[in-house]
Amino acid sequence: MGERLLTITDLRIEGRADEQWIPIVNGVDLTLDKGEVLGLIGESGAGKSTVGLAAMGYTRDGVRIAGGSVEFDGIDLVNAPLMQKRALLGKRIAYVAQSAAASFNPAHKLIDQHSEAPVRHGVMRKGESEEDAIELYRRLRLPNPEEIGFRYPHQVSGGQLQRAMTAMAMSCRPDLIIFDEPTTALDVTTQIEVLAAIRDIVEQFGTSAIYITHDLAVVAQMADRIKVLLRGDEVEEAPTRQMLEAPQEDYTRSLWAVRSFKRPAKPAPAADAVPVLSVQNVTAGYGKATVLRDVSFDIHEGRTVAVVGESGSGKSTAARCITGLLPPRSGQVELDGQALPLDYRNRSKEQLRQVQMIYQMADTALNPRKTIGEIIGRPVEFYLGLRGKAKRARVEELLTQIELPPGEFIDRLPSELSGGQKQRIGIARALAAEPKFIICDEVTSALDQLVAEGILKLLARLQDDLKLSYMFITHDLATVRAIADEVVVMKDGEVVEQGPKADMFTPPHHPYTDLLLSSVPEMDPDWLSELLAERGRDNLGDAAVGSMD
Amino acid sequence: MSSVAKIIGQRLLLGLLTLFVISVIIFTAVNMLPGDFAQAVLGQGATPEAVAAIRRDLGLDQPFLVRYWSWLSDMLRGDLGTSFAQANFATFTGNESQAGATVMAQIGPRFENTLFLAGVTAMIAVPFAVGLGILSALFRNSAFDKGANVFALTSISSPEFFLAYVLILFLAVLNPILPSLSNIYEGMGMGERLQRTLLPALTLTLVVTAHMMRMTRAAIINLLASPYIEMARLKGIKPMRVIVRHALPNALAPIINVIAINLAYLITGVVVVEVVFVYPGIGQLFVDSVKIRDIPVVQACCLIFAAAYILLNLMADIFSILSNPRLRHPK
Amino acid sequence: MSFWTWTLAIALAVFGGAWLMRALGRRLTGNAPYFRDMPYAVAFGYVAAVAAVIGGAVLWVQPNAVFFRWAVQGFVIAAALAFVFRLAGRHIGSEGTRKAFRTMPLTAAFGILTILVYAVLAIFAGLLAPYGQAEVFAQPNMLPGGDPASGGDPAHPLGTDQIGRDLLTRLIYGAQNTVGIAFATTCLAFLLGGSLGFLAAVIGGWFDNLLSRAVDVLMAIPSLIFALLLMTIASAWAGSERWLLTIYMIVIIAVIDSTRVFRLARAVGQNIVVMDYIEAAKLRGEGLRYLIFREILPNATAPLLAEFGLRFCFVFLTIAALSFLGVGIQPPLADWGTMVRDLAQFINFAAFSPLAAALPLMAAGAIALLTVAVNFVVDWVLHRSSGLKD
Repeated sequence: MGERLLTITDLRIEGRADEQWIPIVNGVDLTLDKGEVLGLIGESGAGKSTVGLAAMGYTRDGVRIAGGSVEFDGIDLVNAPLMQKRALLGKRIAYVAQSAAASFNPAHKLIDQHSEAPVRHGVMRKGESEEDAIELYRRLRLPNPEEIGFRYPHQVSGGQLQRAMTAMAMSCRPDLIIFDEPTTALDVTTQIEVLAAIRDIVEQFGTSAIYITHDLAVVAQMADRIKVLLRGDEVEEAPTRQMLEAPQEDYTRSLWAVRSFKRPAKPAPAADAVPVLSVQNVTAGYGKATVLRDVSFDIHEGRTVAVVGESGSGKSTAARCITGLLPPRSGQVELDGQALPLDYRNRSKEQLRQVQMIYQMADTALNPRKTIGEIIGRPVEFYLGLRGKAKRARVEELLTQIELPPGEFIDRLPSELSGGQKQRIGIARALAAEPKFIICDEVTSALDQLVAEGILKLLARLQDDLKLSYMFITHDLATVRAIADEVVVMKDGEVVEQGPKADMFTPPHHPYTDLLLSSVPEMDPDWLSELLAERGRDNLGDAAVGSMD
Repeated sequence: MSSVAKIIGQRLLLGLLTLFVISVIIFTAVNMLPGDFAQAVLGQGATPEAVAAIRRDLGLDQPFLVRYWSWLSDMLRGDLGTSFAQANFATFTGNESQAGATVMAQIGPRFENTLFLAGVTAMIAVPFAVGLGILSALFRNSAFDKGANVFALTSISSPEFFLAYVLILFLAVLNPILPSLSNIYEGMGMGERLQRTLLPALTLTLVVTAHMMRMTRAAIINLLASPYIEMARLKGIKPMRVIVRHALPNALAPIINVIAINLAYLITGVVVVEVVFVYPGIGQLFVDSVKIRDIPVVQACCLIFAAAYILLNLMADIFSILSNPRLRHPK
Repeated sequence: MSFWTWTLAIALAVFGGAWLMRALGRRLTGNAPYFRDMPYAVAFGYVAAVAAVIGGAVLWVQPNAVFFRWAVQGFVIAAALAFVFRLAGRHIGSEGTRKAFRTMPLTAAFGILTILVYAVLAIFAGLLAPYGQAEVFAQPNMLPGGDPASGGDPAHPLGTDQIGRDLLTRLIYGAQNTVGIAFATTCLAFLLGGSLGFLAAVIGGWFDNLLSRAVDVLMAIPSLIFALLLMTIASAWAGSERWLLTIYMIVIIAVIDSTRVFRLARAVGQNIVVMDYIEAAKLRGEGLRYLIFREILPNATAPLLAEFGLRFCFVFLTIAALSFLGVGIQPPLADWGTMVRDLAQFINFAAFSPLAAALPLMAAGAIALLTVAVNFVVDWVLHRSSGLKD
């Protein structure tokens, strides 16, 4: 590689909390050459965004650089006068934020925001900059490049906005762009277009970039080198291929290993077995809108059915129909061959007990004012009538089952627990009812990978021990691979395809399943290039999006 | 644009409906009075025949709905009825010129005076409060911001009459700069009128400014925390331009909202302040009429206050709809 | 005209001084980052603050600036008391309260101290006041100060009112009546608005719609105006039974204010109702009572408590305003709003007897002080709970 562009040495950053300064980043070193892309990865709280912003000489409110230096092309960004820093930002260092929808000003047209930096920095005149914007939009394969810039942010879809933001970052042809999780908020099929567009344009202009993400597979496609952070400390750094093939540190290895968890396949249920839960021709919606159309699937004892789909596919609505929160317009739900009343208010206590639910956000699923003992104890008391010592004994037993030491946790409040522990309490509350069937609604999507793996393993073990049946709602195909016995693929409120897992992951598929499967990034650094070659550039992008909107 | 027109149309209709319901409430409330108007007009010693005569005259022997309808249609024509206590009223205030025959004659000029007072207040308070709010948002958590916050909390918490008497003490009694009584009459010169209105206007300014400043500050801080402001800074835009170009267009709606809400608040504040300064406005008339139970005047004032209040809130609504880009440029 | 020239000169001096200070700072510190990156507005702020302190000092030595000196002394004493109180709070009490005191701003400490003092005054008014609140003495309109030479009497340090009642006594009893009645009214408003608001949030549907529309309409009438209208009618109902009017006032203000409480309780309730733990409880088959009392209420205490403080201030000010206008708390009960109105004319004697002029301000200030105190505490509580979120 060529010349050195950015050198960060012993960077220490502190954040203000509870009237005192607490370290967030403890002495990170980082170098970047011209034309190089560095991937910065880590789980939540690793300080990767903070480091990314510090590379621009910028800290958010309540955060300060406590020590170390940031040197960009010979300029000391920590001590430079504000005026000098301001002259660099937008012109030589640009930023692409995670949420494009929130980072575009709702009051101005895209192209006006695009040309602001070039005009203000005296790089181009307004007219030139607008022509250039259209050219960039074209290169980023935005639909209607001549026209799209004259729209307001809310008139443009998320994936397109993210590309428009990349174009905006490119407006002054900067030397360095910081990409801060630019595809995290997008669906997989949209993510792939944005990734391809970003990679192409960075290559075309030979721009250096720092690519921040928590997704290993994504960073493998984008970066030349990868640096792993953990709680503000550097774990290791290596060129991408080397890092993927032979990670040195235990932490890195464990990150890599998560993706390999896979439970063995179970034998198919007997042909005449009565399913624990059967959804039959359910159609449902809110108000005039129909969200679910003629959906049917069965879940047998001791098995896991994964319901997969992108946002808006109706998978959560299906769960609401099963629990009776949203009575379907037509069709029915059977438990053990018996039709359940459509509205949960008409169901018996016994029927309610058999169907339990685990939620995506453990934060909102546990009452913050109740102790763990009260949260788990309530269903024990409510359904099984246990009180006093018997109740406490049962709660302790449940806590042991979810691998948390009872003595330590029973009197704590949810706010004192970590995300993974909270999710385990959610599981224990569902188990306390001693149900046959549990709906798991995106239970791992808010968790870091390592923690998520622990939860999946726990759920798999509980299933074997207690013969539970799961309906597993997720958008993440890696999770499906890990835990499902059968898969139901949903799109726009309809079931596109369903069957045993093995069938689903081997061709031929329904075209949508195919698109979904092939869009999931893989750990292979060549995956994106191969996929693009296979799909053909023109086919990618908006043809696919158009069919999806 | 049609969707904006539709939403505004809906709001206007809702405002009218609310006003209608309020007129029903006011009318019903007044009809819950023990005895009736006739008794009240003539006092305890009236003969039954005289009471019956007045009842006929005033139409009090008609059913409730008929009376309501005739009251409402009179109101709509601008006929606010006859103040049946005008004679008493004139002696009460010692001002013979007030002894007009109709409520309209009493309210008309006073309403104008109140509008003048509110107008002067708004002219001082709005730029002052909005400016102060923006400044304390920009320099939040500084000594200036904390000082402004303490000032605002103190003046929000003080009753209007406390602020009024403190101002009288300092600006009228100890340092005779302004008159402590605001006796305004028709045909007065503009300069003198302004001078006599200044003290009540300053009192109201103190009350309203505090609210407006705090709300403006909150709105701006909320805005400055949005990612697009950070984005603008990261594009190397100068702070002044970040404020003018990126914050202000989005701040307009909340700020206009704040102003309208506080102007509506002025309507309540005006009552006490007018009494303290003996300012001949509608608020003072209202309080006097309450004391002597001059029902037609109380009813009319109430309806005027409510109408003004609804109108201002409606304007706040409409402005925030108009300034929302999502509604102005639909998909 | 000299007033305006002075103003202009001072403004120019401050503007110039700010520029000069920043330039000097840069020069003397060798362009240290602090001065280098200092916006002009910050420099202006510093210089203006210095100018204000100098101005205050000049005013302090003026012989006739009695009220200014009182105000400054009062402010300093209040700050000192609050500081001592906070210091005590940091070392006495349970671990939780000590921790709270450690991060408490001075304003909040002052607020808590003031509320405590008012509470003591209100509860023990009968013991603390030298006389009965309706007791009439021989000499009306006695000047305050307790100096017989200037027409006072040491037995009545604050003098007597127009019919000869001891003013100190009435000021102390005012705490009991005004604060007590406002407190009772706020409690009633919360009982009414709070329970209906939570029910509307949990039940939803037509029940929520009906109540919300009704509240919208009631809130479209300015509250003081509505209160005055209803008080007109109430005074007719009460006739000569004056105490009945006070009861009516409590009910009227409570009803009007409950609309605001309803709005808040409903909003807070709705925020909680959408939580997954409420859904979990519903799906478990829990009843309405369990949902409201066990799941929702424990999570709504902090915002409701803050709102209670704000509503109390509002009710307190409304009652004071009504009394000031002569339609609120009725004699012979002593109350601050009425006292202000009765003593207001004394303000014109400020030049001869500052203490007499201070009498109406004392009663009005007593009202202001309590609301300021409550507002300070609420502001701190709100800031704390919002700060804990992020």
